[in-house]
Amino acid sequence: MSPRAYDVVIVGAGIVGAACAAECASAGLKVAVVEATFVGSGATAAGMGHIVIMDESDAQFVLTRYSQALWDELADELPPDCEFRKYGTIWIAADEEELGLLRRKEQFYRERGISVELLDERTLAEAEPNLRRDLRGGLLVPGDSVLYPPCAARFLLERARDRGATTFFGQPVVRLDESKVKLRDGSSIAAGVIINATGTWASELTPGLAIKKRKGHLAITERYPGIVHHQLVEVGYLKSTHAHEAEAVAFNVQPRPTGQLLIGSSRQYSAEDPRVDHNILARMLARACEYIPQLAELSVIRTWTGFRAATPDNLPLIGPLPGRERIYLATGHEGLGITMSLGTAKLLVAHVLNWPLPIPIEPYLPSRMEHAACLRSSL
Amino acid sequence: MTDVRSFDTDVLVIGGGPAGLAAAYSAARSGRRVLLVDENPTPGGQIWRGEWRAPRSSEAASWFDRIRRSRIPLITGVRIVTEVAERMLLGESQEAIYEFRYKVLILATGARERFLPFPGWTLPNVMGAGGLQALVKAGLPISGKRVVVAGTGPLLLAVAAYLQEQGAQVLLIAEQATRARMLSLGVTLLRFPSKAWHAAVLRGQLWRVPYASNCWPIAAYGEGSVQGVLLRQGSRTREIPCDYVACGFHLVPNIELPLLLGCELCDGYVRVNEFQETSRANVFCAGEPTGIGGVDLALIEGQIAGYAAVGHLEAARALFGRRARWRRFASRLDRAFALRPELRTLPDARTIVCRCEDVPFERLKGYSSWKEAKLQTRCGMGPCQGRICGPAAEFLFGWSVESPRPPIFPARVASLMRTPSSERGGNG
Amino acid sequence: MSEVVSLKINGMPIEVPFGTTVLVALLTNGVTGIRRSVTGEPRGPLCGIGVCFECRVTINAQPHCRSCQILCQDGMDVRTE
Repeated sequence: MSPRAYDVVIVGAGIVGAACAAECASAGLKVAVVEATFVGSGATAAGMGHIVIMDESDAQFVLTRYSQALWDELADELPPDCEFRKYGTIWIAADEEELGLLRRKEQFYRERGISVELLDERTLAEAEPNLRRDLRGGLLVPGDSVLYPPCAARFLLERARDRGATTFFGQPVVRLDESKVKLRDGSSIAAGVIINATGTWASELTPGLAIKKRKGHLAITERYPGIVHHQLVEVGYLKSTHAHEAEAVAFNVQPRPTGQLLIGSSRQYSAEDPRVDHNILARMLARACEYIPQLAELSVIRTWTGFRAATPDNLPLIGPLPGRERIYLATGHEGLGITMSLGTAKLLVAHVLNWPLPIPIEPYLPSRMEHAACLRSSL
Repeated sequence: MTDVRSFDTDVLVIGGGPAGLAAAYSAARSGRRVLLVDENPTPGGQIWRGEWRAPRSSEAASWFDRIRRSRIPLITGVRIVTEVAERMLLGESQEAIYEFRYKVLILATGARERFLPFPGWTLPNVMGAGGLQALVKAGLPISGKRVVVAGTGPLLLAVAAYLQEQGAQVLLIAEQATRARMLSLGVTLLRFPSKAWHAAVLRGQLWRVPYASNCWPIAAYGEGSVQGVLLRQGSRTREIPCDYVACGFHLVPNIELPLLLGCELCDGYVRVNEFQETSRANVFCAGEPTGIGGVDLALIEGQIAGYAAVGHLEAARALFGRRARWRRFASRLDRAFALRPELRTLPDARTIVCRCEDVPFERLKGYSSWKEAKLQTRCGMGPCQGRICGPAAEFLFGWSVESPRPPIFPARVASLMRTPSSERGGNG
Repeated sequence: MSEVVSLKINGMPIEVPFGTTVLVALLTNGVTGIRRSVTGEPRGPLCGIGVCFECRVTINAQPHCRSCQILCQDGMDVRTE
């Protein structure tokens, strides 16, 4: 079978792949997207859809802020099933130590021009009456949003198609060669540039990537409108993303426009089993009840798990593989894939077309990984 | 304060219908500890629903009597929601959390009706056939009301007879199966004398009720509640004003708990060996989840499972012959009531398929799988967890439904927070 | 044990025989549409056995209770939407 030829072939139609497809097609490139199952499966289907500016590092901040601005620009075009809502986030401090973290966070955002508001016990209770009373305070970030990722991914992919992209569903890519991707049935698609946006499967196509799977659990309740108004996250959440201990849970609750409550979150290394682990689920729910006691009486209708693609420095891999300038990575976003998808796409397109970069790309380049030698080629 | 009730037993039976009752009784004869748990207010499953204090057949009476005399502890109103540890299940009721530790488990979770969407099926007073029967048994007055019974399966006759007995005006029994299939079923019944007699009694009771094969509902109509139904029969359309439509398309097995526990399936039913043991050690399954076969088969399978669960293999073996006979009958029934392809064209673009989330038929076209359709449209994401729309989607689109995740029934956060190591209830 | 149970449906006091489900109490006291669907359609019970969730009502301020599986108790406060 003779290979079909595209400027860019994107492997993986999760939110990152779909965003890259939309951006590349908008730039006039001839795009193919190859997806083994359907759009927005994988981590895209499992995550919370929280669009959030983060402060763990400058590089993380820059990319999340840039991406959030892009989501805000796109918001009016998103169809209703994407459920985009600017609910804002409130980071919550339960003790003196966490209050310190909160203040540092406030300063970090304020210095960089992000509108935030410190809440004391009283104003926190006014903003969220169903939080337990003796919390120390909160940091309101009104610019954060939530959306429903599977439909957002579909929207982005449809946008790509409207601009000429071709999609191939139903078969996995088994191999990336210098200028083509090979499918399971033996056929191949010729590519000027290949983008590996396969998330936790990325190492299968480009071996040696320093990506680890981090399992997460989520639960969603029946409809109880009005219990929570913002996405609520314990400021100690960061302890859980950084901790390399085997398992961690943190308080993280999101109101859905349906009135359902989405309850997270958990992180586990070295967990390959996709099944819901009752002990982790129980701990996660117990943690949530510590902040919102009323949660205990609510009915949970579904629980599920997902795997985040995590890198050692908690920054994504965006850019060409060292030594293989025509194979790009767009992966390793850990829990920020939804937020960072749009910024990732813009960065990649600019790099591919040699345009001025909207933000520096160095912190995310795959070549930064200390032992670049470990990124062996698949040839 | 959360009320947590813990139980420890040798043989735990989930489901208090014929299969569960038979299993519990047979296991208890060994002297081992047996506990029976059912999610309904009283035991009896669906076929003997509401009859615990007033059985309507001698069969129900004798099985209820056996259970009472054997003094097996019964826990009702409790639904199992998940497995929390090896050989420990978690359940909940309206008021309390339940923990069940067991050595051997017998799953007798029964079946539920299959619903297929058609325009107007969401109108109040359009219900399942078993659904309307359940409500009348629970006290809904039906005397003088006009009812059309429709769909497919042996349940239609039983429901029509019951409703008529309660004073309803059953205007029509509309069976979608072809006349040829019904006649051939009639011939089959002759080889199963007691079933033929049963069917004859039903027909005798219903001699004034018009019965039409090759007939199915195409739309229900009304303001606020149903006022009439349109049916197709062969090439003609019939319109029948009525107060209730009792419509169900045979049964689907309740395999959620077996699947959650990792039991393997065969052709969509729980795979069991000759002793009713599933692919998972110490887990047995009896009745409808192993194959829709009605009360006779459920009673036999229940007894086999109960005896086998406590090691009485000879007693179990003694029932193999009768089970084989009832299985043959069951498979003939299944074939007779297979769904005709025209039923796939019943819903129009706006007909609701997922009732929990109001997802219409047109929204569901073009997806590659149940999983994709669910994620993109919310179909199956409501509290029924796909129990109503799943079988319909399977028939309409050919999708296979996936393995369930916990909880297999909506459950309170307080319940799901329980772990075996929890010393106290509440926020553990 | 009392033969009769007293409860309220949408503020209206009623009496039913002991052993009556909340659903039957509703249906026999003039309520046909038990709940409104997410797009506002009136809905009544479908399955009768507790799996369809169409019969959900609020009982004693607890929402999403399946009325077909719950027996009426003295003093219950039952509300449909």
